[in-house]
Amino acid sequence: MIKVEGLTKRYARHVAVDNISFEIQRGQIVGFLGPNGAGKTTTMRVLTCFLPPSSGSARVAEFDVLEQPMEVKKRIGYLPELPPLYPEMEVAEYLTYVGRLKGIPKASLAKRVDEVAERCSVGDVRAKLIGKLSKGYRQRVGLAQAIIHNPDVLILDEPTSGLDPQQIIETRDLIKGLAGDHTIILSTHILPEVEQICEQVIIIAKGKLVATDSVANLTSRLRGAETISLEIAPHNGSPLVAGEVRERLEHVSGVGRVVDRDGHDGRLSFTVESQQGQHIRPELARAVVEAGWNLNELHSVGLSLEEIFLELTGAPKHDISAPHATTMGAEAGAAAGESQ
Amino acid sequence: MNTFTICNKELNSYFRSPIAYGVMAFFALIAGYFFYVAVYFFMQMSIQSSMQGGGPMSVNDSVIRPILSNISVIGLFVIPMITMRLFAEEKRTGTFELLATSPIHDMEMILGKWLAALILYAAMLALSLVSMLALFAYGNPDWRPMVVGYLGLLLQAGCLLAIGTFISSCTKNQIVAGVASFSICLLLWVLDWMSSFQDSAVARVLSYMSVLQHFDSFSKGVLDSKDIIYYISAIFIGLFLTARSLEALRWRS
Ligand SMILES: Nc1ncnc2c1ncn2[C@@H]1O[C@H](COP(=O)(O)OP(=O)(O)O)[C@@H](O)[C@H]1O
Ligand SMILES: [Mg+2]
Repeated sequence: MIKVEGLTKRYARHVAVDNISFEIQRGQIVGFLGPNGAGKTTTMRVLTCFLPPSSGSARVAEFDVLEQPMEVKKRIGYLPELPPLYPEMEVAEYLTYVGRLKGIPKASLAKRVDEVAERCSVGDVRAKLIGKLSKGYRQRVGLAQAIIHNPDVLILDEPTSGLDPQQIIETRDLIKGLAGDHTIILSTHILPEVEQICEQVIIIAKGKLVATDSVANLTSRLRGAETISLEIAPHNGSPLVAGEVRERLEHVSGVGRVVDRDGHDGRLSFTVESQQGQHIRPELARAVVEAGWNLNELHSVGLSLEEIFLELTGAPKHDISAPHATTMGAEAGAAAGESQ
Repeated sequence: MNTFTICNKELNSYFRSPIAYGVMAFFALIAGYFFYVAVYFFMQMSIQSSMQGGGPMSVNDSVIRPILSNISVIGLFVIPMITMRLFAEEKRTGTFELLATSPIHDMEMILGKWLAALILYAAMLALSLVSMLALFAYGNPDWRPMVVGYLGLLLQAGCLLAIGTFISSCTKNQIVAGVASFSICLLLWVLDWMSSFQDSAVARVLSYMSVLQHFDSFSKGVLDSKDIIYYISAIFIGLFLTARSLEALRWRS
Protein backbone atom coordinates (compact mmCIF):
# COMPACT_ATOMS: atom_id res chain seq x y z
CA MET A 1 0.00 0.00 0.00
CA ILE A 2 2.87 2.31 0.85
CA LYS A 3 6.31 2.00 -0.62
CA VAL A 4 9.14 4.31 0.34
CA GLU A 5 12.47 3.95 -1.43
CA GLY A 6 15.65 5.78 -0.57
CA LEU A 7 13.69 8.74 0.74
CA THR A 8 15.78 11.73 1.74
CA LYS A 9 14.46 15.09 2.90
CA ARG A 10 16.86 17.95 3.35
CA TYR A 11 15.93 21.22 5.02
CA ALA A 12 17.96 24.33 4.37
CA ARG A 13 20.92 23.04 6.33
CA HIS A 14 20.52 19.62 7.74
CA VAL A 15 19.16 16.30 6.61
CA ALA A 16 15.92 15.48 8.45
CA VAL A 17 15.29 12.12 6.76
CA ASP A 18 18.23 10.22 5.39
CA ASN A 19 17.79 7.55 2.75
CA ILE A 20 15.07 5.47 4.37
CA SER A 21 13.15 2.65 2.70
CA PHE A 22 10.20 0.65 3.92
CA GLU A 23 7.04 -0.95 2.72
CA ILE A 24 3.64 -1.28 4.32
CA GLN A 25 1.05 -3.85 3.24
CA ARG A 26 -2.66 -3.15 2.93
CA GLY A 27 -4.58 -3.32 6.19
CA GLN A 28 -1.54 -3.18 8.45
CA ILE A 29 -1.32 -0.92 11.45
CA VAL A 30 2.19 0.34 11.75
CA GLY A 31 3.93 2.27 14.50
CA PHE A 32 6.44 4.86 13.44
CA LEU A 33 8.68 5.04 16.48
CA GLY A 34 11.48 7.47 17.23
CA PRO A 35 12.55 10.16 19.68
CA ASN A 36 11.75 13.82 19.07
CA GLY A 37 13.49 15.19 16.01
CA ALA A 38 13.92 11.74 14.48
CA GLY A 39 12.14 12.76 11.29
CA LYS A 40 8.73 11.16 11.82
CA THR A 41 6.70 14.26 11.01
CA THR A 42 8.89 15.01 8.02
CA THR A 43 8.37 11.52 6.58
CA MET A 44 4.62 11.79 7.11
CA ARG A 45 4.56 15.16 5.40
CA VAL A 46 6.23 13.65 2.38
CA LEU A 47 3.70 10.79 2.31
CA THR A 48 0.81 13.24 2.47
CA CYS A 49 2.25 15.38 -0.36
CA PHE A 50 2.70 18.34 1.97
CA LEU A 51 6.45 18.40 1.34
CA PRO A 52 8.25 17.08 -1.73
CA PRO A 53 11.09 14.60 -1.16
CA SER A 54 14.64 15.87 -1.81
CA SER A 55 15.49 12.53 -3.37
CA GLY A 56 14.13 9.01 -3.45
CA SER A 57 10.49 8.17 -3.93
CA ALA A 58 7.33 7.52 -1.98
CA ARG A 59 4.30 5.77 -3.42
CA VAL A 60 0.85 5.40 -1.92
CA ALA A 61 -1.46 2.87 -3.56
CA GLU A 62 0.94 2.77 -6.53
CA PHE A 63 0.74 6.56 -7.02
CA ASP A 64 3.89 8.61 -6.72
CA VAL A 65 3.65 11.60 -4.36
CA LEU A 66 5.42 13.86 -6.86
CA GLU A 67 3.81 12.68 -10.06
CA GLN A 68 0.21 12.14 -9.02
CA PRO A 69 -0.32 14.06 -5.80
CA MET A 70 -4.08 14.42 -6.37
CA GLU A 71 -4.54 10.65 -6.49
CA VAL A 72 -2.44 10.23 -3.36
CA LYS A 73 -4.30 12.97 -1.49
CA LYS A 74 -7.67 11.37 -2.30
CA ARG A 75 -6.54 8.16 -0.64
CA ILE A 76 -4.98 9.59 2.49
CA GLY A 77 -6.53 10.78 5.72
CA TYR A 78 -4.09 12.84 7.75
CA LEU A 79 -4.12 14.00 11.33
CA PRO A 80 -1.16 16.35 11.82
CA GLU A 81 0.53 16.75 15.19
CA LEU A 82 -1.57 19.86 15.75
CA PRO A 83 -5.14 18.94 14.72
CA PRO A 84 -6.15 21.29 11.88
CA LEU A 85 -9.26 22.78 13.47
CA TYR A 86 -11.06 26.08 13.06
CA PRO A 87 -12.14 27.24 16.53
CA GLU A 88 -14.88 29.48 15.13
CA MET A 89 -16.69 26.59 13.42
CA GLU A 90 -19.15 24.11 14.86
CA VAL A 91 -18.15 20.44 14.82
CA ALA A 92 -20.70 19.26 12.24
CA GLU A 93 -20.09 22.31 10.09
CA TYR A 94 -16.36 21.69 10.17
CA LEU A 95 -16.72 18.03 9.23
CA THR A 96 -19.02 19.03 6.38
CA TYR A 97 -16.43 21.52 5.15
CA VAL A 98 -13.63 18.95 5.25
CA GLY A 99 -15.92 16.44 3.51
CA ARG A 100 -16.46 18.94 0.68
CA LEU A 101 -12.72 19.55 0.41
CA LYS A 102 -12.12 15.81 0.19
CA GLY A 103 -14.63 15.57 -2.64
CA ILE A 104 -17.52 13.75 -0.99
CA PRO A 105 -20.68 14.30 -3.09
CA LYS A 106 -23.18 16.66 -1.47
CA ALA A 107 -25.95 14.06 -1.47
CA SER A 108 -24.17 11.61 0.82
CA LEU A 109 -22.26 14.14 2.92
CA ALA A 110 -24.74 14.72 5.75
CA LYS A 111 -25.04 10.99 6.36
CA ARG A 112 -21.27 10.57 6.30
CA VAL A 113 -20.78 13.39 8.81
CA ASP A 114 -23.22 11.68 11.17
CA GLU A 115 -21.39 8.37 10.75
CA VAL A 116 -17.92 9.67 11.54
CA ALA A 117 -19.18 11.85 14.39
CA GLU A 118 -20.76 8.74 15.88
CA ARG A 119 -17.69 6.63 15.23
CA CYS A 120 -15.37 9.11 16.91
CA SER A 121 -17.80 9.80 19.78
CA VAL A 122 -18.25 13.46 19.00
CA GLY A 123 -21.95 13.15 18.13
CA ASP A 124 -22.96 14.83 21.39
CA VAL A 125 -21.00 18.00 20.61
CA ARG A 126 -21.81 18.34 16.92
CA ALA A 127 -23.47 21.72 17.43
CA LYS A 128 -20.72 23.10 19.66
CA LEU A 129 -17.98 25.49 18.64
CA ILE A 130 -14.67 23.66 18.23
CA GLY A 131 -12.91 26.39 20.20
CA LYS A 132 -14.98 25.46 23.25
CA LEU A 133 -14.13 21.74 23.23
CA SER A 134 -11.74 19.94 25.57
CA LYS A 135 -8.47 18.60 24.25
CA GLY A 136 -9.72 15.02 24.06
CA TYR A 137 -12.75 16.04 22.04
CA ARG A 138 -10.64 18.12 19.71
CA GLN A 139 -8.36 15.18 19.06
CA ARG A 140 -11.38 13.04 18.21
CA VAL A 141 -12.76 15.71 15.89
CA GLY A 142 -9.31 15.65 14.28
CA LEU A 143 -9.61 11.90 13.81
CA ALA A 144 -13.13 12.28 12.43
CA GLN A 145 -11.88 14.71 9.78
CA ALA A 146 -9.11 12.29 8.85
CA ILE A 147 -11.50 9.41 8.16
CA ILE A 148 -14.40 11.34 6.67
CA HIS A 149 -13.69 10.32 3.07
CA ASN A 150 -13.03 6.73 4.11
CA PRO A 151 -9.41 6.83 2.93
CA ASP A 152 -7.35 3.73 2.24
CA VAL A 153 -4.50 5.08 4.32
CA LEU A 154 -4.64 6.89 7.63
CA ILE A 155 -1.61 8.86 8.76
CA LEU A 156 -1.70 9.97 12.38
CA ASP A 157 1.10 12.12 13.78
CA GLU A 158 1.48 11.56 17.53
CA PRO A 159 -2.27 11.14 18.00
CA THR A 160 -2.03 10.80 21.79
CA SER A 161 0.50 13.48 22.62
CA GLY A 162 -0.69 16.10 25.08
CA LEU A 163 -3.72 14.13 26.25
CA ASP A 164 -4.42 13.03 29.81
CA PRO A 165 -4.29 9.28 30.63
CA GLN A 166 -8.04 8.75 30.26
CA GLN A 167 -8.10 10.52 26.90
CA ILE A 168 -5.07 8.51 25.77
CA ILE A 169 -6.90 5.26 26.46
CA GLU A 170 -9.99 6.47 24.61
CA THR A 171 -7.99 7.62 21.63
CA ARG A 172 -6.01 4.38 21.44
CA ASP A 173 -9.21 2.35 21.55
CA LEU A 174 -10.66 4.48 18.81
CA ILE A 175 -7.61 3.94 16.61
CA LYS A 176 -7.69 0.21 17.24
CA GLY A 177 -11.33 0.25 16.21
CA LEU A 178 -10.41 1.90 12.91
CA ALA A 179 -7.78 -0.69 12.13
CA GLY A 180 -10.00 -3.03 10.13
CA ASP A 181 -10.92 -0.50 7.47
CA HIS A 182 -7.71 1.36 6.84
CA THR A 183 -3.99 0.95 6.54
CA ILE A 184 -2.73 3.01 9.45
CA ILE A 185 0.60 4.63 10.20
CA LEU A 186 0.87 6.35 13.52
CA SER A 187 3.93 8.04 14.90
CA THR A 188 4.89 8.06 18.53
CA HIS A 189 7.86 8.34 20.82
CA ILE A 190 6.26 6.03 23.37
CA LEU A 191 7.14 2.35 23.10
CA PRO A 192 4.15 0.88 24.99
CA GLU A 193 1.84 2.66 22.60
CA VAL A 194 3.32 0.71 19.71
CA GLU A 195 3.04 -2.53 21.67
CA GLN A 196 -0.61 -1.85 22.41
CA ILE A 197 -1.85 -0.71 19.04
CA CYS A 198 0.46 -1.81 16.27
CA GLU A 199 1.36 -4.99 14.45
CA GLN A 200 4.44 -3.63 12.72
CA VAL A 201 6.98 -1.14 13.89
CA ILE A 202 9.35 1.12 11.97
CA ILE A 203 12.01 2.65 14.17
CA ILE A 204 13.94 5.73 13.12
CA ALA A 205 16.49 7.87 14.90
CA LYS A 206 18.20 11.02 13.64
CA GLY A 207 16.60 10.58 10.25
CA LYS A 208 17.89 7.06 9.71
CA LEU A 209 16.00 3.81 9.67
CA VAL A 210 17.01 1.67 12.62
CA ALA A 211 14.71 -1.32 12.20
CA THR A 212 11.47 -2.51 10.70
CA ASP A 213 9.96 -5.57 12.31
CA SER A 214 6.77 -7.01 13.69
CA VAL A 215 6.01 -5.87 17.20
CA ALA A 216 6.05 -9.48 18.42
CA ASN A 217 9.57 -10.05 17.07
CA LEU A 218 10.81 -6.78 18.42
CA THR A 219 9.61 -7.41 21.94
CA SER A 220 11.03 -10.90 22.05
CA ARG A 221 14.33 -9.56 20.79
CA LEU A 222 14.34 -7.01 23.55
CA ARG A 223 13.11 -9.34 26.25
CA GLY A 224 16.59 -10.82 26.61
CA ALA A 225 17.45 -8.84 29.70
CA GLU A 226 15.13 -7.53 32.38
CA THR A 227 15.36 -4.32 34.33
CA ILE A 228 13.73 -4.41 37.74
CA SER A 229 12.96 -1.69 40.21
CA LEU A 230 13.07 -2.61 43.92
CA GLU A 231 12.19 -0.81 47.13
CA ILE A 232 13.34 -2.35 50.40
CA ALA A 233 12.37 -1.26 53.91
CA PRO A 234 13.83 -2.26 57.27
CA HIS A 235 12.02 -4.90 59.31
CA ASN A 236 11.72 -4.62 63.11
CA GLY A 237 13.36 -1.22 63.13
CA SER A 238 16.98 -2.29 62.50
CA PRO A 239 18.29 0.25 59.94
CA LEU A 240 19.47 -0.79 56.50
CA VAL A 241 23.01 -0.34 55.27
CA ALA A 242 22.98 0.39 51.55
CA GLY A 243 26.29 -1.31 50.84
CA GLU A 244 25.21 -4.48 52.59
CA VAL A 245 21.89 -4.69 50.75
CA ARG A 246 23.57 -4.02 47.49
CA GLU A 247 26.10 -6.78 48.00
CA ARG A 248 23.31 -9.19 48.86
CA LEU A 249 21.44 -8.33 45.66
CA GLU A 250 24.52 -8.67 43.53
CA HIS A 251 24.98 -12.21 44.77
CA VAL A 252 21.58 -13.39 43.55
CA SER A 253 22.22 -15.63 40.58
CA GLY A 254 21.50 -14.03 37.19
CA VAL A 255 21.89 -10.45 38.38
CA GLY A 256 24.05 -8.29 36.16
CA ARG A 257 24.22 -4.80 37.58
CA VAL A 258 22.77 -3.07 40.62
CA VAL A 259 22.28 0.68 40.68
CA ASP A 260 21.43 2.66 43.83
CA ARG A 261 18.64 5.15 43.60
CA ASP A 262 17.72 7.67 46.26
CA GLY A 263 15.68 6.13 49.03
CA HIS A 264 13.94 8.03 51.79
CA ASP A 265 12.55 7.48 55.29
CA GLY A 266 15.03 4.67 55.83
CA ARG A 267 13.89 2.79 52.73
CA LEU A 268 16.25 1.97 49.90
CA SER A 269 15.61 1.83 46.16
CA PHE A 270 17.59 -0.05 43.55
CA THR A 271 17.48 -0.73 39.87
CA VAL A 272 18.62 -4.23 39.07
CA GLU A 273 19.47 -5.50 35.59
CA SER A 274 19.47 -9.18 34.82
CA GLN A 275 22.02 -10.94 32.69
CA GLN A 276 20.94 -11.92 29.18
CA GLY A 277 18.05 -14.41 29.19
CA GLN A 278 17.68 -14.64 32.97
CA HIS A 279 14.45 -14.26 34.91
CA ILE A 280 15.45 -12.99 38.29
CA ARG A 281 12.32 -11.66 39.90
CA PRO A 282 11.47 -14.69 42.08
CA GLU A 283 15.08 -15.06 43.20
CA LEU A 284 15.36 -11.39 44.09
CA ALA A 285 12.18 -11.48 46.14
CA ARG A 286 13.33 -14.58 48.01
CA ALA A 287 16.76 -13.08 48.75
CA VAL A 288 15.25 -9.91 50.21
CA VAL A 289 12.78 -11.75 52.41
CA GLU A 290 15.38 -14.29 53.58
CA ALA A 291 17.64 -11.47 54.65
CA GLY A 292 14.85 -10.32 56.96
CA TRP A 293 13.93 -7.08 55.14
CA ASN A 294 10.57 -5.88 53.93
CA LEU A 295 10.01 -5.91 50.20
CA ASN A 296 7.85 -2.85 49.52
CA GLU A 297 7.95 -2.91 45.78
CA LEU A 298 9.26 -5.02 42.95
CA HIS A 299 8.37 -4.42 39.34
CA SER A 300 9.77 -4.75 35.90
CA VAL A 301 10.78 -1.53 34.17
CA GLY A 302 10.33 -1.33 30.41
CA LEU A 303 13.29 -0.37 28.34
CA SER A 304 13.51 3.29 27.48
CA LEU A 305 13.49 4.25 23.86
CA GLU A 306 17.13 5.20 24.04
CA GLU A 307 18.03 1.80 25.43
CA ILE A 308 16.11 0.16 22.63
CA PHE A 309 18.12 2.00 20.03
CA LEU A 310 21.33 1.00 21.76
CA GLU A 311 20.09 -2.55 21.93
CA LEU A 312 19.08 -2.67 18.29
CA THR A 313 22.08 -0.92 16.86
CA GLY A 314 24.54 -2.44 19.29
CA ALA A 315 26.28 0.91 19.30
CA PRO A 316 28.17 2.16 22.34
CA LYS A 317 26.38 4.82 24.40
CA HIS A 318 26.02 8.32 22.91
CA ASP A 319 27.04 7.06 19.52
CA ILE A 320 24.35 5.62 17.32
CA SER A 321 26.93 5.64 14.57
CA ALA A 322 25.87 6.31 11.04
CA PRO A 323 27.41 3.29 9.25
CA HIS A 324 25.90 0.92 11.74
CA ALA A 325 22.43 2.36 11.51
CA THR A 326 22.63 2.22 7.74
CA THR A 327 23.47 -1.47 7.82
CA MET A 328 20.47 -2.04 10.02
CA GLY A 329 18.39 -0.09 7.58
CA ALA A 330 19.66 -2.10 4.66
CA GLU A 331 18.93 -5.37 6.46
CA ALA A 332 15.47 -4.22 7.36
CA GLY A 333 14.89 -3.05 3.81
CA ALA A 334 15.97 -6.43 2.48
CA ALA A 335 13.69 -8.18 4.94
CA ALA A 336 10.78 -6.07 3.83
CA GLY A 337 11.66 -6.87 0.25
CA GLU A 338 11.55 -10.61 0.89
CA SER A 339 8.25 -10.49 2.68
CA GLN A 340 6.41 -8.88 -0.21
CA MET B 1 -16.45 23.88 -7.08
CA ASN B 2 -13.76 23.74 -4.40
CA THR B 3 -13.31 27.45 -4.96
CA PHE B 4 -16.87 28.07 -3.80
CA THR B 5 -16.52 25.68 -0.87
CA ILE B 6 -13.55 27.68 0.35
CA CYS B 7 -15.09 31.04 -0.47
CA ASN B 8 -18.19 30.10 1.49
CA LYS B 9 -16.16 28.98 4.50
CA GLU B 10 -14.08 32.17 4.44
CA LEU B 11 -17.17 34.36 4.36
CA ASN B 12 -18.62 32.44 7.29
CA SER B 13 -15.39 32.92 9.21
CA TYR B 14 -15.35 36.64 8.45
CA PHE B 15 -18.77 37.13 9.91
CA ARG B 16 -17.94 35.16 13.01
CA SER B 17 -14.96 37.26 13.93
CA PRO B 18 -15.20 40.82 15.16
CA ILE B 19 -12.93 41.88 12.28
CA ALA B 20 -15.63 41.99 9.62
CA TYR B 21 -17.97 44.05 11.77
CA GLY B 22 -15.18 46.35 12.91
CA VAL B 23 -14.00 46.96 9.38
CA MET B 24 -17.52 47.49 8.10
CA ALA B 25 -18.31 49.93 10.90
CA PHE B 26 -15.08 51.82 10.22
CA PHE B 27 -15.87 51.92 6.54
CA ALA B 28 -19.49 53.01 6.99
CA LEU B 29 -18.49 55.71 9.43
CA ILE B 30 -15.85 57.29 7.23
CA ALA B 31 -17.82 56.90 4.02
CA GLY B 32 -20.83 58.43 5.79
CA TYR B 33 -18.75 61.37 6.93
CA PHE B 34 -17.44 62.04 3.43
CA PHE B 35 -20.97 61.79 2.10
CA TYR B 36 -22.17 64.32 4.61
CA VAL B 37 -19.33 66.71 3.82
CA ALA B 38 -19.85 66.38 0.07
CA VAL B 39 -23.59 66.99 0.30
CA TYR B 40 -23.07 69.91 2.67
CA PHE B 41 -20.62 71.63 0.32
CA PHE B 42 -22.85 70.93 -2.62
CA MET B 43 -25.74 72.71 -0.91
CA GLN B 44 -23.63 75.72 0.02
CA MET B 45 -22.29 75.92 -3.48
CA SER B 46 -25.65 75.59 -5.18
CA ILE B 47 -27.18 78.25 -2.96
CA GLN B 48 -24.29 80.56 -3.84
CA SER B 49 -24.49 79.71 -7.50
CA SER B 50 -28.24 80.31 -7.70
CA MET B 51 -27.88 83.64 -5.87
CA GLN B 52 -25.31 84.67 -8.45
CA GLY B 53 -27.73 83.65 -11.14
CA GLY B 54 -25.80 80.60 -12.37
CA GLY B 55 -27.41 77.44 -13.68
CA PRO B 56 -28.02 74.29 -11.60
CA MET B 57 -24.93 72.33 -10.58
CA SER B 58 -24.38 68.70 -11.50
CA VAL B 59 -24.88 66.25 -8.62
CA ASN B 60 -22.68 63.79 -10.49
CA ASP B 61 -19.69 66.09 -10.67
CA SER B 62 -19.99 67.75 -7.29
CA VAL B 63 -21.21 64.95 -5.03
CA ILE B 64 -20.88 61.48 -6.52
CA ARG B 65 -17.44 61.91 -8.03
CA PRO B 66 -15.67 63.19 -4.90
CA ILE B 67 -17.36 60.52 -2.81
CA LEU B 68 -16.24 57.75 -5.12
CA SER B 69 -12.69 59.08 -5.03
CA ASN B 70 -12.79 59.21 -1.26
CA ILE B 71 -14.08 55.66 -1.05
CA SER B 72 -11.25 54.49 -3.26
CA VAL B 73 -8.81 55.98 -0.75
CA ILE B 74 -10.62 54.42 2.22
CA GLY B 75 -10.17 51.11 0.43
CA LEU B 76 -6.40 51.46 0.87
CA PHE B 77 -6.89 51.37 4.63
CA VAL B 78 -9.59 48.75 4.82
CA ILE B 79 -8.21 46.15 2.45
CA PRO B 80 -5.15 45.14 4.51
CA MET B 81 -7.52 44.42 7.40
CA ILE B 82 -9.52 42.09 5.17
CA THR B 83 -6.65 40.15 3.66
CA MET B 84 -4.17 39.93 6.52
CA ARG B 85 -5.52 36.72 8.00
CA LEU B 86 -6.31 34.84 4.78
CA PHE B 87 -3.24 32.60 4.69
CA ALA B 88 -1.19 33.81 7.66
CA GLU B 89 -3.75 32.54 10.15
CA GLU B 90 -3.99 29.09 8.52
CA LYS B 91 -0.22 28.79 8.51
CA ARG B 92 0.00 29.75 12.16
CA THR B 93 -2.68 27.38 13.44
CA GLY B 94 -1.70 24.47 11.20
CA THR B 95 -4.99 24.30 9.28
CA PHE B 96 -2.96 25.05 6.17
CA GLU B 97 -1.81 21.43 6.40
CA LEU B 98 -5.42 20.34 5.95
CA LEU B 99 -5.86 22.46 2.83
CA ALA B 100 -2.51 21.48 1.37
CA THR B 101 -3.13 17.75 1.83
CA SER B 102 -6.69 17.83 0.47
CA PRO B 103 -7.27 16.97 -3.18
CA ILE B 104 -7.67 20.58 -4.29
CA HIS B 105 -5.47 22.77 -6.45
CA ASP B 106 -3.61 25.71 -4.96
CA MET B 107 -5.37 28.04 -7.38
CA GLU B 108 -8.80 26.93 -6.15
CA MET B 109 -7.71 27.72 -2.61
CA ILE B 110 -6.34 31.14 -3.61
CA LEU B 111 -9.32 32.10 -5.76
CA GLY B 112 -11.74 31.02 -3.03
CA LYS B 113 -10.08 33.21 -0.45
CA TRP B 114 -9.67 36.18 -2.75
CA LEU B 115 -13.28 35.92 -3.88
CA ALA B 116 -14.51 35.86 -0.27
CA ALA B 117 -12.51 39.00 0.48
CA LEU B 118 -13.92 40.66 -2.64
CA ILE B 119 -17.47 39.76 -1.65
CA LEU B 120 -16.94 41.20 1.81
CA TYR B 121 -15.64 44.41 0.26
CA ALA B 122 -18.55 44.49 -2.17
CA ALA B 123 -20.89 44.23 0.82
CA MET B 124 -19.27 47.36 2.25
CA LEU B 125 -19.66 49.17 -1.05
CA ALA B 126 -23.30 48.18 -0.95
CA LEU B 127 -23.55 49.96 2.40
CA SER B 128 -22.26 53.15 0.84
CA LEU B 129 -24.69 52.67 -2.01
CA VAL B 130 -27.58 53.14 0.41
CA SER B 131 -26.66 56.78 1.00
CA MET B 132 -26.10 57.24 -2.72
CA LEU B 133 -29.67 56.13 -3.32
CA ALA B 134 -30.79 59.03 -1.15
CA LEU B 135 -29.42 61.31 -3.86
CA PHE B 136 -31.86 59.79 -6.30
CA ALA B 137 -34.72 60.49 -3.94
CA TYR B 138 -33.88 64.19 -3.63
CA GLY B 139 -32.03 64.97 -6.83
CA ASN B 140 -31.78 63.78 -10.35
CA PRO B 141 -28.29 62.43 -10.96
CA ASP B 142 -27.28 60.30 -13.92
CA TRP B 143 -26.98 56.67 -12.80
CA ARG B 144 -24.57 55.53 -15.52
CA PRO B 145 -21.38 57.21 -14.28
CA MET B 146 -22.18 55.89 -10.84
CA VAL B 147 -22.34 52.30 -12.07
CA VAL B 148 -19.01 52.80 -13.83
CA GLY B 149 -17.58 54.29 -10.66
CA TYR B 150 -18.62 51.32 -8.56
CA LEU B 151 -17.25 48.94 -11.15
CA GLY B 152 -13.96 50.81 -10.87
CA LEU B 153 -14.04 50.55 -7.07
CA LEU B 154 -14.55 46.79 -7.34
CA LEU B 155 -11.71 46.39 -9.85
CA GLN B 156 -9.39 48.49 -7.74
CA ALA B 157 -10.28 46.50 -4.64
CA GLY B 158 -9.77 43.23 -6.53
CA CYS B 159 -6.27 44.32 -7.39
CA LEU B 160 -5.35 45.47 -3.87
CA LEU B 161 -6.94 42.36 -2.39
CA ALA B 162 -4.80 40.19 -4.68
CA ILE B 163 -1.69 41.98 -3.42
CA GLY B 164 -2.88 41.55 0.18
CA THR B 165 -3.56 37.86 -0.39
CA PHE B 166 -0.05 37.43 -1.73
CA ILE B 167 1.48 39.15 1.29
CA SER B 168 -0.62 37.06 3.67
CA SER B 169 0.76 33.91 2.04
CA CYS B 170 4.32 35.01 2.81
CA THR B 171 4.12 35.03 6.59
CA LYS B 172 2.68 33.21 9.59
CA ASN B 173 1.94 36.41 11.42
CA GLN B 174 -1.23 38.21 10.40
CA ILE B 175 -0.14 41.45 12.03
CA VAL B 176 3.01 41.43 9.91
CA ALA B 177 0.86 40.70 6.87
CA GLY B 178 -1.49 43.55 7.75
CA VAL B 179 1.29 46.07 8.31
CA ALA B 180 3.13 45.06 5.14
CA SER B 181 -0.02 45.27 3.00
CA PHE B 182 -0.89 48.60 4.54
CA SER B 183 2.61 49.96 3.79
CA ILE B 184 2.27 48.91 0.18
CA CYS B 185 -1.15 50.50 -0.11
CA LEU B 186 0.27 53.67 1.43
CA LEU B 187 3.17 53.60 -0.98
CA LEU B 188 0.75 53.36 -3.90
CA TRP B 189 -1.09 56.34 -2.56
CA VAL B 190 2.08 58.39 -2.14
CA LEU B 191 3.18 57.34 -5.60
CA ASP B 192 -0.02 58.82 -6.93
CA TRP B 193 0.69 62.14 -5.20
CA MET B 194 4.27 62.40 -6.27
CA SER B 195 3.49 61.69 -9.85
CA SER B 196 0.94 64.47 -9.95
CA PHE B 197 3.61 67.10 -9.16
CA GLN B 198 5.81 66.66 -12.17
CA ASP B 199 5.76 65.37 -15.67
CA SER B 200 9.03 63.54 -16.19
CA ALA B 201 9.18 60.07 -17.74
CA VAL B 202 9.71 58.57 -14.29
CA ALA B 203 6.64 60.32 -13.00
CA ARG B 204 4.60 58.98 -15.88
CA VAL B 205 5.76 55.42 -15.18
CA LEU B 206 5.01 55.86 -11.48
CA SER B 207 1.64 57.25 -12.35
CA TYR B 208 0.92 54.28 -14.57
CA MET B 209 1.86 51.95 -11.73
CA SER B 210 -0.34 53.77 -9.28
CA VAL B 211 -3.51 51.91 -8.48
CA LEU B 212 -5.38 55.10 -7.69
CA GLN B 213 -4.47 56.84 -10.91
CA HIS B 214 -6.38 54.28 -12.91
CA PHE B 215 -9.47 54.90 -10.88
CA ASP B 216 -9.65 58.48 -12.04
CA SER B 217 -11.41 57.80 -15.31
CA PHE B 218 -13.88 55.43 -13.62
CA SER B 219 -14.83 58.15 -11.16
CA LYS B 220 -15.63 60.43 -14.09
CA GLY B 221 -17.87 57.70 -15.44
CA VAL B 222 -15.52 56.90 -18.31
CA LEU B 223 -14.82 53.27 -19.14
CA ASP B 224 -11.29 53.09 -20.51
CA SER B 225 -10.02 49.70 -21.68
CA LYS B 226 -6.48 50.67 -20.66
CA ASP B 227 -7.52 50.98 -17.02
CA ILE B 228 -9.59 47.80 -17.07
CA ILE B 229 -6.64 45.90 -18.50
CA TYR B 230 -4.37 47.38 -15.87
CA TYR B 231 -6.58 46.22 -13.02
CA ILE B 232 -7.27 42.78 -14.43
CA SER B 233 -3.60 42.11 -15.10
CA ALA B 234 -2.69 43.35 -11.60
CA ILE B 235 -5.22 40.88 -10.18
CA PHE B 236 -3.69 38.07 -12.22
CA ILE B 237 -0.18 38.97 -11.15
CA GLY B 238 -1.17 39.13 -7.48
CA LEU B 239 -2.88 35.75 -7.54
CA PHE B 240 -0.09 34.20 -9.59
CA LEU B 241 2.50 35.43 -7.09
CA THR B 242 0.42 33.90 -4.29
CA ALA B 243 0.52 30.54 -6.07
CA ARG B 244 4.30 30.80 -6.43
CA SER B 245 4.63 31.72 -2.79
CA LEU B 246 2.65 28.66 -1.67
CA GLU B 247 4.78 26.47 -3.90
CA ALA B 248 8.01 27.97 -2.63
CA LEU B 249 6.82 27.34 0.90
CA ARG B 250 6.97 23.61 0.22
CA TRP B 251 10.13 23.42 -1.82
CA ARG B 252 12.15 25.68 0.39
CA SER B 253 11.24 24.33 3.81
N1 LIG C 1 10.44 23.32 8.47
C1 LIG C 1 11.65 22.91 8.94
N2 LIG C 1 12.77 23.59 8.64
C2 LIG C 1 13.98 23.18 9.08
N3 LIG C 1 14.18 22.11 9.85
C3 LIG C 1 13.11 21.38 10.21
C4 LIG C 1 11.78 21.74 9.78
N4 LIG C 1 10.92 20.84 10.27
C5 LIG C 1 11.65 19.95 10.98
N5 LIG C 1 12.97 20.27 10.96
C6 LIG C 1 14.06 19.51 11.58
O1 LIG C 1 14.08 18.21 11.03
C7 LIG C 1 14.31 17.25 12.03
C8 LIG C 1 13.20 16.23 12.03
O2 LIG C 1 12.03 16.84 12.48
P1 LIG C 1 10.64 16.09 12.59
O3 LIG C 1 10.37 15.39 11.32
O4 LIG C 1 9.64 17.09 13.03
O5 LIG C 1 10.90 15.03 13.75
P2 LIG C 1 9.86 14.25 14.68
O6 LIG C 1 8.51 14.43 14.13
O7 LIG C 1 10.34 12.83 14.65
O8 LIG C 1 10.01 14.83 16.05
C9 LIG C 1 14.44 18.01 13.35
O9 LIG C 1 15.82 18.12 13.63
C10 LIG C 1 13.82 19.34 13.06
O10 LIG C 1 14.48 20.34 13.79
MG1 LIG D 1 6.86 15.27 15.05
